[in-house]
This record gives sequence, C-alpha cells and structure tokens, in this order.
Amino acid sequence: MKNKVRNATEFLKPLPDPDAISSEYWRAATEGRLLIQECPTCGHRQWYPRALCTECSSDTQWLECSGLGTVNTFTIIRQYGMQPFKQELPYIVAMIELEEGPLIMGNITDCDVETVRIGDSVSVWFLKIEEGIGIPYWSPDA
Amino acid sequence: MDRTPVIVGIGLSDYPKTPHLDGVQHHALAAQRAIADAGIAKSEIDGYVNASSNMMIDDPVTMSEYLRINHRYIDGTMTGGSSFEFHVQHLAAAIKEGLCDTALVTYGSDYLSRMGRSLGTGGFQRPGQRVAGPIQYEVPYGNSLVGAYAMYAMRHMHEYGTTSEQLAEIAVGVREYATLNPNAIYRDPITIDDVINSRMVADPLHKLDCCAITDGGGAFIMTTAERAKDLPNKPIYVLGAAGAQTHWNISQQSDFTTSAGAQSGPEAFARAGLTPADVDMIMFYDSFTVTCLILLESLGFVGRGEGGPFIAEGHLRKGGSLPMNTDGGGLSSCHPGMRGMFLILEAVRQLRGDAGEAQVPNCKVALAGGSGGWLSCIGVAILGNEAPG
Repeated sequence: MKNKVRNATEFLKPLPDPDAISSEYWRAATEGRLLIQECPTCGHRQWYPRALCTECSSDTQWLECSGLGTVNTFTIIRQYGMQPFKQELPYIVAMIELEEGPLIMGNITDCDVETVRIGDSVSVWFLKIEEGIGIPYWSPDA
Repeated sequence: MDRTPVIVGIGLSDYPKTPHLDGVQHHALAAQRAIADAGIAKSEIDGYVNASSNMMIDDPVTMSEYLRINHRYIDGTMTGGSSFEFHVQHLAAAIKEGLCDTALVTYGSDYLSRMGRSLGTGGFQRPGQRVAGPIQYEVPYGNSLVGAYAMYAMRHMHEYGTTSEQLAEIAVGVREYATLNPNAIYRDPITIDDVINSRMVADPLHKLDCCAITDGGGAFIMTTAERAKDLPNKPIYVLGAAGAQTHWNISQQSDFTTSAGAQSGPEAFARAGLTPADVDMIMFYDSFTVTCLILLESLGFVGRGEGGPFIAEGHLRKGGSLPMNTDGGGLSSCHPGMRGMFLILEAVRQLRGDAGEAQVPNCKVALAGGSGGWLSCIGVAILGNEAPG
C-alpha cells in the first residue's frame, strides 16, 4: 500500500547516513512504502533491517507493510536541549506495534499530545527529506 | 590455595562537584584510595579493568599506561552503567582461573563540571548530523534518555496500574538516605507530593523521578581469599555474578515492562546458591525511579506487576525489609554517568559494617543490580561477608 508522502522544505534534525542495507529502507520511504524484513527460512520478521535474520541467521527478504499499527508505549517529550526539537516541544515519541508484528520507533504527529493513549490505532506517513531519504512518521486514526 | 574471589579494597574520589578534577584524575584518586584501603602494594596488581567513559582519554589501555599497571589480564567491557557488575563477573572467573591474582577496577568522570546536566535531555547528536549504525533509525525522532525510561513507566502503568505515587516513593526513600550522606548532592528531605508536583520531563517521569548528574569516581580491588588472609579488611566475597542483554538501543526493546535481569538475576542467585529472600540490602541503579521498579520485578524480588504496591509499603526505605541505595543513590547522591561502580562500593561498605547511620543491621548479603544503556544490559553481583559454603 502506498502511503502519504509529504516533502520537507528544510530538515534540521539528525539524519540517517544510509548504508548498503538501510539505503533500501530510506529510499522506499520516499516512495510511500514502509519496509521491514521477513525471513524466508523461519518466518521471523524484524525492524530495523539487518544483514541476517536475528532468529536463525539466514538471509532475509523485504516485506512491505500495510502502514497500520497500534501504540505499544510512548512518552511526551517536554524537555529537550537540541534544536530543532526544542521548538517542537511537547512532542510524542512512541513505539508502534506494526500490524505485521515488530515494534518500530517514531513520532506521532497531527494530534494533541495529551490525547494519545496506549492501544491507539495509528497510520504511517512519510516525510521526504531528499533523494533517497524519507522518514516514517505516524498519525492517529480518526 | 583458596582462589575464591573477594573484594579487599574500595575507594571513592571526591564528589559531587569537583571542577578541579578531570575524569582521569578521578580514576587515579579513586585508585590511590582503593590501594591504600586494601593495604596492598601497587606492584601486586596484575589485572586491570575499566569501562572507558571517554575513548582515547580513559579507555583501559590508556589508563593502564597512565597508572602503569603491569597486567596479565585486562578487560574493557562497556555495557553502560552496569559495566562494573559485568567486571565483577569477569574478574571472578579470571581470579578463580588464575589469569590474574589481584585486579584493580577504576572509574572516573567529570560529567557535571564538563557537560552540565545535559545527559538526560541534551541530545547526543548535532542538528543536521548524518548518523550511521543502528541509531540512525532513532535519531530523527528526538527521543531523550529520560524518554526511553519513560516508555517503560508508561507501559508498566498501562499493564499493571502502577502509579506515579508508587514511583515517587522510591525517590523519597532514597532521598532519606541521602540526608545521612554529607557528600550527597541533594540532602533536603522530599515528599511524594514534591516528586509528583515537580516538572514533567517525559511523561510520566517528573524531574524528581530522574537521577542527579555529578562528578565522581570509584575503584575497587579484587583478589583471592588466600591473599586476603594477610590484608587488613574483612574480605567481601563474590557469591555470584551474572550479566545479560536484551537490546542496546531503546527501539530494540520488545517488552517495556521487564529487563534482561529476568535472565541475569536468576543466574546470579543460582551461582550464589541463594534466593531473593536471603538478600539483606540492595544497591539498584536508580537512573530513574522506574529503573528500580523494573529491576525489582525482573530480578525476582517480587512478581511481575507487584512492584508498585510493594514499593508503596515502604520496604525499600531505611528500616524496611529490603533497604535500597543507602548512600543516597544516583537519584540524590552521586551519578557521574555510569553509576554501577558505586553500587559495588556501597554494598562493600554495608557488608563491612562501616555505613554509620545508614548501616543496615546484621547485613550479610548485598546485591548490586546494574542497568546499562536503556535497561539494556543488566549486571548482577551478589556479595557477602561470610565465605560461601
């Protein structure tokens, strides 16, 4: 499923420095696709992507996710020293349990931070930073 | 020859704020004091271990050179703040095996003087920095160190109904001990209301749920029970030590209600031939109040979800059934970044019976439970003042 992609005008946060494996993940995000890995041998699914299956050490394959998940846990960051995060306070950092299984970290955006609860349904969206790098974010389902 | 591993010397550098000392000087001052306390000659030291808080400044090989240790055994295991509990595990094996006879472990940090109180919420990267490795998957999201632990508290509250008041009781009890420590950075008594009315830093953790940032250093000397016979201090026996890891980066934790202590705790108890009921006092890494809650449950002192009510009953306080962090802890006394060293030192002080007003009566078994990273690497060292049977 292709999910909503927004274009960043200016992105001043720390950025990934893509490597041979992560470059595929960050590039897919610019195209509105959230990737995790699935092991063809044992069926294990994992995030973040790695050079091997952490269960059985086999090679892995990419699996495109639905982009749906629920909030496993979160916090409201109310104090942070580094810009530009400081000017965005307060904001949500959460662990999202993907429909496909694994947990993934992200921000939950487009909502009043006080309304977020564990178990809430969320959907992915992507911020395209530059060619080859898109960042997944999450917004609450209505 | 009795090669049972024992701790025979401990040393603290100066704290909580010592702008005249840098990290290396903290290592050196603590080492001098530990060697003097042990009553050994420096030349006897043939093992050296440290956890390196500043690479190329105080890493094990640099510090070994600085201190001029002629070592047969060296270890630089760095699991974050729990490193020193892992060091006890490694040295216990090395000493039993004869890889070394007498080992020195040191730690030093000028965190407060050099970096201020930036550790919890300062951010570890720079704006626009390109970040490689697994942390690249986290850095765009602006999580803080406090935020990582807050996610445990949030999930634990959700699953078990744990409350902010129950967590606050931890900070109150540890502060009570800090009032007895003239070096503690915070010594005014606090109440549960003080904690829950303090500023929210990362929900549900308030400012007073978070540890202090200080300067400080520590060192200890481990040797054989045989060598200890000729030394002035009552030897403190390493009864059992173990370590385990679930993740490093917080986004790789899969269960925000427990820790790797669920593995290393039972292993340490099995090695000691003891159970949690045998422990007279605990030294837990109180980076945050919730860290103690998770350690209490995952090491097996209470069942999962039972920590909050247990804490509220006051068991961890002075005079309680399981006194915790009798030096005032990281929450109120001393936290220069990697507190695991001080867990060992205070446990030894208690087992020697040298803790003054903070002394736990009839203290025979003490447990140091270190948490490194983001409740990532849990090291457990069970110490006692009687030879293992």
